[in-house]
Amino acid sequence: MPAPSVCVLRAPGTNCDVETAYAFEACGGTAERVHLYRLLEDPARLKSYQILCIPGGFSYGDDIGSGVIFSRHLRGRLGEALGEFLQRDTLILGICNGFQVLLKAGILPGGHWPPPAAVDFPATLTWNLNGKYTALWTKLKVAGGKNVFLKGIDEIELPVAHGEGRIVPRDPSVIEQWKAQGQVVLQYTWREASCRAMAGAVVAAAGGGATFGGLSDDADASDGDPDALLPFPHNPNGSTANIAGLSDPTGRVLGLMPHPERFLFATQHPQWTRRKLSGEGSGMQIFRNAVEYFG
Amino acid sequence: MLWEVEITPVPSEVDREGAHVVSEARRLGLGSIREVRAGKSFLIQTDADEAAIQRAAAELLVDPVVEHWKVRKLSAAAGKSANGSNGVLLNVLFKPGVTDNVALSTRQALQDSGLTTEAVSTCRTYHINGDASDAELKRLASRVLANDAIEHVITGPLHMDRISLGSGYQFQLTHVAIRGMDDKALMDLSRTGQLSCSLPEMQTIQKHYVEQQRDPTDVELETIAQTWSEHCSHKTLAGRIHYRDDERDIHFKNMLKETIFAATVEIRRRLGDADWCVSVFRDNAGVVKFDDQFNVCFKAETHNHPSAIEPYGGANTGLGGVIRDPLGTGLGAKPVCNTDVFCFAPPDTPDSELPPGVLHPKVVARGVVSGVRDYGNRMGIPTVNGAIVFDPRYIGNPLVYCGNIALIPVDQCEKRMQPGDWIVAVGGRTGRDGIHGATFSSIELDEHSETVSGGAVQIGNAIVEKMVADVVLAARDRGLYSSITDCGAGGFSSAVGEMGADTGAEVWLDKAPLKYAGLSYTEIWISEAQERMVLAVPQKHWDEFHKLCESEGVEATIIGQFTDTHRLVLKYHGEQVADLSMDFLHEGRPPVVREAVWEEGVRSQETGDRSKAPRHVAGPSTDTATGALLHILGSLNVCSKEWVIRQYDHEVQAGSVVKPLVGVCDDGPSDAAVVRPVLTSNRGLAVSCGINPHFGDLDPYWMAASAIDEAVRNCIAVGANPERIAILDNFCWGNTQRPETLGSLVRAALSCRDVAIAFGTPFISGKDSLNNEFSYVDKEGVKQTVVIPSSLLISALGQMDDVNTAVTMDAKEAGNAVYLVGETKDELGGSHLHLVRGTTGGAAPRVDLERAPKIFAAMHKAISSGLIRACHDLSEGGLAVAAAETAFSGGLGLDLDLAPLAASKLSDETLLFSESNTRFLVEVPAPRTADFEQTLAGLPVSRLGKVTHGDRLVIRSGAKMLIDAPLAELKEAWQAPLRWD
Repeated sequence: MPAPSVCVLRAPGTNCDVETAYAFEACGGTAERVHLYRLLEDPARLKSYQILCIPGGFSYGDDIGSGVIFSRHLRGRLGEALGEFLQRDTLILGICNGFQVLLKAGILPGGHWPPPAAVDFPATLTWNLNGKYTALWTKLKVAGGKNVFLKGIDEIELPVAHGEGRIVPRDPSVIEQWKAQGQVVLQYTWREASCRAMAGAVVAAAGGGATFGGLSDDADASDGDPDALLPFPHNPNGSTANIAGLSDPTGRVLGLMPHPERFLFATQHPQWTRRKLSGEGSGMQIFRNAVEYFG
Repeated sequence: MLWEVEITPVPSEVDREGAHVVSEARRLGLGSIREVRAGKSFLIQTDADEAAIQRAAAELLVDPVVEHWKVRKLSAAAGKSANGSNGVLLNVLFKPGVTDNVALSTRQALQDSGLTTEAVSTCRTYHINGDASDAELKRLASRVLANDAIEHVITGPLHMDRISLGSGYQFQLTHVAIRGMDDKALMDLSRTGQLSCSLPEMQTIQKHYVEQQRDPTDVELETIAQTWSEHCSHKTLAGRIHYRDDERDIHFKNMLKETIFAATVEIRRRLGDADWCVSVFRDNAGVVKFDDQFNVCFKAETHNHPSAIEPYGGANTGLGGVIRDPLGTGLGAKPVCNTDVFCFAPPDTPDSELPPGVLHPKVVARGVVSGVRDYGNRMGIPTVNGAIVFDPRYIGNPLVYCGNIALIPVDQCEKRMQPGDWIVAVGGRTGRDGIHGATFSSIELDEHSETVSGGAVQIGNAIVEKMVADVVLAARDRGLYSSITDCGAGGFSSAVGEMGADTGAEVWLDKAPLKYAGLSYTEIWISEAQERMVLAVPQKHWDEFHKLCESEGVEATIIGQFTDTHRLVLKYHGEQVADLSMDFLHEGRPPVVREAVWEEGVRSQETGDRSKAPRHVAGPSTDTATGALLHILGSLNVCSKEWVIRQYDHEVQAGSVVKPLVGVCDDGPSDAAVVRPVLTSNRGLAVSCGINPHFGDLDPYWMAASAIDEAVRNCIAVGANPERIAILDNFCWGNTQRPETLGSLVRAALSCRDVAIAFGTPFISGKDSLNNEFSYVDKEGVKQTVVIPSSLLISALGQMDDVNTAVTMDAKEAGNAVYLVGETKDELGGSHLHLVRGTTGGAAPRVDLERAPKIFAAMHKAISSGLIRACHDLSEGGLAVAAAETAFSGGLGLDLDLAPLAASKLSDETLLFSESNTRFLVEVPAPRTADFEQTLAGLPVSRLGKVTHGDRLVIRSGAKMLIDAPLAELKEAWQAPLRWD
C-alpha cells in the first residue's frame, strides 16, 4: 500500500503547516504543503490527495472573524472540488484555525456538501470566555469512539493556543443532536489531581476570597457529568459542554482546537522533566491513525 | 454610496468591550457613564444596493450565531438620529492615512465574493446612556475609547457619504536655502524640520553645500539627518568620549569598539580555531555557529518612544521590526523564537500622580503586551523568554525590548550584491506611517510629543510580514537575490543608503507602490511603513523572483538599481530630486566628542529617587523573615508574569522544550527557555536575560556585571554549555549630554568588556536607546524631568548538545537533597528586601570574575551528567525567594537549615535575602549526592536540607526557625499582583 498523500493547505497567515506536515511524514504519509492559491488556480488538484489537513495559524489575520475568509474560499471556488473530495473515502483534519475554517465553511458538523447557508449554521467558534488569546495545556477525554483520527485514544494531553475557541450552538438541541450522532468526540476534562489539590489549598490560604481562575469548592461535584462546564483553566475557553473537538457523523472529518502537532516529542510536554518522559509524544497517534486508515 | 453595517453581540453573549469601558469609566470617576453597549461597523463605499450589502453582511461580515447586524445608508446631511435610540453614540475611526488592516482584508474578501467597492473602513461604536455628561463623555473618549495619535471620535450618527482618502500630490522640487543661514537659523531648521541634528552637524552640512555651490533639496537634508541620527548611527557611543572615574581617565576614540567589541575580538583571539562567532556587529543581527547545517542569529531592539505614544502599535511594530533584522541578515534567516522585556511604572499609580501627556502605566502595559502578542502569535514565532521591571521612573518612558532568534544555512551568511542589480521593494506598501521615526527616537519626549509626533506611530500587519518571510526564504533557497536588508527606521532611505554605501544607487521614487495617493517624494523616501524589505535582485533572476512573489500574493517592485557611481541619486518621474555622495553621507558626520564622569556616591539629582515601597501588598510586617518573603514574592518585579505569558504562543513551530512556565501545575517561573529549532535534531538553544536597574543606582559597573551573570546563570540553570553562550547588549539611558549620565553608561560598558572576557561570552550584537527622559511643567509651573533608571538588558543565547539533558526549576521528588551553590555575601544594596521595606544601604552585588566561570563549568558538568533534578538561579529576593519558588512550583515542601553557612558570619537576614551573584539552588537525587559534591569540589557548595512531602517551606538556622510558611500562601502572594482579567 503506497503512503497516503496529504494536502496540508496553507493560506496567508497559516503558521503551523511545517510541523503539521512533518507529523504526517513521520508517520509514513507523503505530505505536501500546498498554498491555497494553487488550489484556487486548479481545484481539480484536490483529486490527488487522500487526506486534507488545514493547520493552525491566523489565516488572513482572522480579520472579520477567525477562519472566515479562508472558509469563504472553500465555500466559493473550491466548493465543487470539496464536494467531490468528501464523496470519496478521504479524511479531513482541521487543527485550531483549521477547525474554525471547517466550521465556518460548513464542512463541519455535517461533513457533506453543499453546506448550509451561513445564516443557518448550527454553531460557531467565537471568543474565549476570558476574552483573550490563551496558551496552555489541557487534558482531553475522547468520546464517541468512531472518529478515525482518535482511534485507540481514551485520554490525551495537548496544548491549546487560541483566542476564539469557544463552541456556541444556536440552541441546546444542537448539542443533543451531535451527541446522539457521536460527533462530540473530544472534551476538556480535569487536569492533574495534584494541581487541583494545590489550587484548592490556594483558595483556602486566601481565605476563600481569591479563586484560582474561578475554581469553586463544589467543582468536584461535577466530576461525573462530562458536559457540566469546567472552570478555567481545565476548560480553557468556556466552550459549551467542554467541547474541544467535533467529528462529522461518519467519523472521517475531525476539527479540534488543541494542537496534536505540538506533542510529537516527549520534550514538548510541559512536565517531561518531572515525569521523566522521553521519545515520542502522544499527539503523534492522531496523525498515525490517519495514515494507517489507508494502510 | 456609503453603507454602514453595524454589528453588535446578541444578548446572550457578554459585551466584553462595553463592560470594559464601564469599568474604566468607574475607575476614572466618570459617574454619569453607567451603560455602554459596544459594537463594530464596516463602512462600505460602493455603487451596490442595499440588498447586496445585506447579502454581504449575512454571508461574510457577521457571525449570525453570536451577532446581530443593521445596515444603514449614510449621508453627508445632518438629519435625525438614524439609530433612533435615546442614547449617545460615539464612533471611533482611524485618522486618514492610518493603516486599517481589517478594512483591507474585508475589501478583498468582498471583491472575491463579487461585491466591488471603492473603499472600506472599520469603525468602533459605543452606545452610552443618554444622560451622560458632555464633559465626562469627552474625557472617556480621550482616555479610554480612542488614542488621539491614530484615531478620532465622532459623536452621534455619522454624517458622511464617502471615506476620506489621500488627496493627489502635485510635484514641486523644494530646495532649502541652507547656505545663507546663521547658527540660529540652522538650529531652527533642525528643530522645525524634525531633523534632530546638532549645531556642528548642521554646520557640516552647510559647509558641504557651500563647497557644492548649491542648496540641498529637502529630501537630501532628510536623508543626511536620518543617516546621522542617533538611532541609525549610534554616534554617541561609537564616538569620542573622555571618561573619568575614581581610578581611570580614558580618551576613547570609539567607545563601543574599545569596550564591547574589544571583548569579542579578545575572546575570538583566545578561541583561535575553535572560534564559533561568524558575523558580529556588522550585519543586522549577530551570527554564531549552531551545527553543521545552520548558524544562529540573534538581535534585540527597543521601540520605546513609539510605545510611549501608542503602546499597542509601538510594541507591535517593535517586534515586527526586530523580526526583520535576522530576516535581513546575511541572505535571510528563518525566525525561530522571540524574546520581550518591558519596563513600566507601577500599574497602581494613581491617576492624580500622572504627569500631563502621559498614558496610565496600566494602559501602557496592556497595550504593549497586546501589541507583542498579536505580532508574534500571528507570525507563528513563539515568544519564549522575557522579563518585566517596574519602577516609577518609567512613567513617561516605558521601555519595550524585543528580540528575535533565527536560523540561517551556513552558506547563506554573506551578502553579494553587484552594481546593476535591481533594487526591489518587497512586502507592504508605503504610506504616511512612521514619518520621522528615526529622528524622533533620538530626542526626548515631552508632554506635547503625543500631538507633535503622531505621525511617528506605525501600525503593523503581521500577516503581511509572515507572507514576506515565507517568500523571501523560498527565494533565498533558489538563489534569486544577492542581498537583503530590512526597511526599519529611516525606511528606504536607511535601507538603500546602507546597501549601496560601497557602490552607489539610483532610486525611482514614483515606482514605489503606495497605500494611497498624496505622498511627496520625500515622504516616500523616509516613510517607515512596516513589513517592507529591500532586496538586490540580479536582472537575470527578476522574472523568476517576481513570479514567485506573485504566486504567494506578495508585492515585489523594482524601485531602482544599484550603481558603481558611489552616489545616491533619487528621481521622481524622471526629475532628479537628490544627488548625494555616499562618502559624505556615511563618513561626513562630524565626530561627537563627549565628556563622561562617574564618581562613587554622586548621582545626578533626577535619579536620586529610588523606587518607592510598593503600595499594592498588604499583609504581615516585613520585620519577620516570613513577612519579608511574602512581600518580596508579591512585589511587582518578582511576582508571577503568567498573565502575560499565557497570552503568548510559546509552542508554535513544535520546538518547545523548556517553557516559560514549568512545574506540577505548569505555573512555576522558568529560568530560561530551551528550544529545539530543527525538528530532526536534538541540539537545542537556551534563551535567557538579565536586567537589574536597581543595582545601577548604586554602581553601573556592578549592575552590568550582575546583568551578564544573571543572563548567563539562567542559561546554565537549564543546561546550556557555558562555552557556547553569546550575549547581546541593549542600553537604555537618559540624556547622555550630561557627563554623569554618559559616565554611568561608559562605566557599564567597561564592565561589559571585563565580564564578557572573564566568562568567555562574546557580545555579538547590540543597540542603544538614549534620551529616555520625559519633561513636563507641573502644577506649580516648574519644569520637571523624569529620567529612567539606567537600564542595561543582557540577552543570552546558549546552546546544548542534547535537549534531553535539560532541567527545570521545580522541586521533583521528596527525599532528594538540596544544595546551595555559590557564595553568599553581604550584598543587600539594591535588593528587594530594601525595596519592600522602603530602606536603602549596603553594596550592590559583585561578580567574582575568577570563580564564576568555574562554577558555571562545574554546574554544566553536573547537569549534563544527570546529577541534578532541579536547578533554580538565585536572583531577586535571594535564597528565600528561590527556595519558595522551587517548592511551590513543584508542589513539594523544602526543609532547609542555614547552619552550614555559619562560617560566612553573615546575619540570617543576609543569608536569606542577599542577592549575591553566581548562585543556584539545586536538587540532587539522594543516591547521587557524592558524585555531585565531587563534581563541585573546590567550589562553594553547601547541603542545606531536603525536599519533603510536606506542603510548607521551612528554613531554619540551627534551632532557630526563620521561615515556616504554607506553600499555598507563598504561591498566592506570588500570583496575586498581576492576576489581571
